[in-house]
Amino acid sequence: MKIYASWLGLALLVCATPARSQTPDIEEIWAIVQQQQAEIDQLKQQLATADEQLAAAEQKVEATGDYLETMVMPETSSRTQIGGYGELHYNNQDADDSAQDLDQIDFHRFVLFFGHEFTDRIRFFSELELEHSLAGDGAPGEVELEQAYIDFALSDTLSAKAGLFLLPIGIINETHEPPTFYGVERNSVESDIIPATWWEAGAALNGHFSNGLSWDFAAHSGLAIPTSGSSAFRVRSGRQKVAEAAADDLAYTARLRYSGVPGLDLGISYHYQSDASQVSGDGLDDGQLLVANAIYNTGAFTLKGLYANWNFSGIAVEAAGADRQTGWYIEPSYRFTTDRGDWGIYGRHQDVDAARSQDQFSQNEFGLNYWPTDNVVLKIDFRQREHDLASEAGRDFDAFDLGVGYQF
Amino acid sequence: MPRRPRQVLMLLAVSAALVSAAAYAANEAGRYQSRAEFLQEALGTENPPSSVVWINDELRRAASKILGHPPSMLRVRYWYQDGRTAWIIDEVGKEQPITFGIVVENAAVQTLRVMQFRETRGWEIRYPFFTEQFSQLRLTDRGSLSRRIDGISGATLSVKAATRIANLALVLDEYTKQSKQQAAANH
Repeated sequence: MKIYASWLGLALLVCATPARSQTPDIEEIWAIVQQQQAEIDQLKQQLATADEQLAAAEQKVEATGDYLETMVMPETSSRTQIGGYGELHYNNQDADDSAQDLDQIDFHRFVLFFGHEFTDRIRFFSELELEHSLAGDGAPGEVELEQAYIDFALSDTLSAKAGLFLLPIGIINETHEPPTFYGVERNSVESDIIPATWWEAGAALNGHFSNGLSWDFAAHSGLAIPTSGSSAFRVRSGRQKVAEAAADDLAYTARLRYSGVPGLDLGISYHYQSDASQVSGDGLDDGQLLVANAIYNTGAFTLKGLYANWNFSGIAVEAAGADRQTGWYIEPSYRFTTDRGDWGIYGRHQDVDAARSQDQFSQNEFGLNYWPTDNVVLKIDFRQREHDLASEAGRDFDAFDLGVGYQF
Repeated sequence: MPRRPRQVLMLLAVSAALVSAAAYAANEAGRYQSRAEFLQEALGTENPPSSVVWINDELRRAASKILGHPPSMLRVRYWYQDGRTAWIIDEVGKEQPITFGIVVENAAVQTLRVMQFRETRGWEIRYPFFTEQFSQLRLTDRGSLSRRIDGISGATLSVKAATRIANLALVLDEYTKQSKQQAAANH
């Protein structure tokens, strides 16, 4: 094209200069054309060189980008993860019997997660917790290893794990980071009936289907529920926390769950231990726990409900009237988004009928959560508890609580 | 059978099952969808033309607002074919990175795929009953998604990660188109 343009330009030049007496002859024109062709070849060469330099520069930029990205996200750091959560509580409790009043501030939980990915399919998870800030002799808190297990992904839909893990029961036990629930304190049903946080050591299998149905089965260490003293038959006091725990009697937990519709979560769990005290002939034999829970979320509205029921057999537990321990709660909530974070209001009614008379009550509460960002929450709630037995009426209380929580 | 021997047998059976599981897992690679499979599904070819978007100050600000943290990448590679763009982006759910594949066409999400998931909870987000919610999502004038995504209980952070990445892919797609239009106008 450039050659034609040159010819055209030359022709126009010739035509446009009629006054010029000497028209270049064919040899001069040929020389000019050759000179211009040489210039064109030279320009082409320069262009090709520039293209090569550009390609080389692009490769260098890509290589630099690759290197910088490995500096920003080194491979080793992506294989080991650290996370955690924590919550600070202030409780102000005004009881009918002033001896039961409470006015305290407590850094209830400080938890760190550590995880490591050995391969794409073999991973480690752990959770280390410091409760009530201070642990040691005479201190109110304790250091607890709540999870430490190896997970083996057998396929895209089936996995096995071995170690110390949370039992697949209820709502709070596996998901209890403060920004995930309402209320400064966790609900009492999943404390007194389901002794959350409840972890045991053993092995478990988990499978799921593409329609949202999943199942869990675990064989693991069990409870050692006391059969005498002030905490007799109290389930929560039976947690051994896998600390040199008696292993005379294994326990089994199974769960079926459906979450195939966004916003809907249905679960039913069954737990069995053939000797809930780990001591034969003490009047507490087998224990069976059945839990059903449901969550329905549509838009800003969420409704949660849970029912839990223990059935124990044995002469002593039946004589104490603690062979059946139940609890349930229902919790509607409404969460809305603003430019400055999310706000949520909730109400909760819960009914607990556990072994100790002080753990037989109903409680109404309502409160507010504010999430300035997804993983940070500020909470306030008001609670009113009434005990079932007149002998425990002094423990009835009105309370308000403040809390701050986080996870990362 | 007396309780003790029965328990020992149970422990042995569980141990044998675990060893088998470990040996099986050690021999497998884990990924739901490879890059080639995703591109084949998204754009009809395993090797479509590709380009990169460098995360400049403007995009870094926008991405930080969407993700809630500064983006860790310097650039994002994308593939394109017949007006569609395909993006592969990692985002941490709770603790582990989730690999998402997003296809954008006409400024709307066509599909969102979970190519790799490493979290302990929230496996539901990889299945169509969840990902179908993202189809035809667009950016509003305020830069957020045009529709609310219903969550999965116990997987809130994984759901939010998916939502953030869909939002980011739409912003990146819009940016590349604007850049091309501007370059064409300057030419």
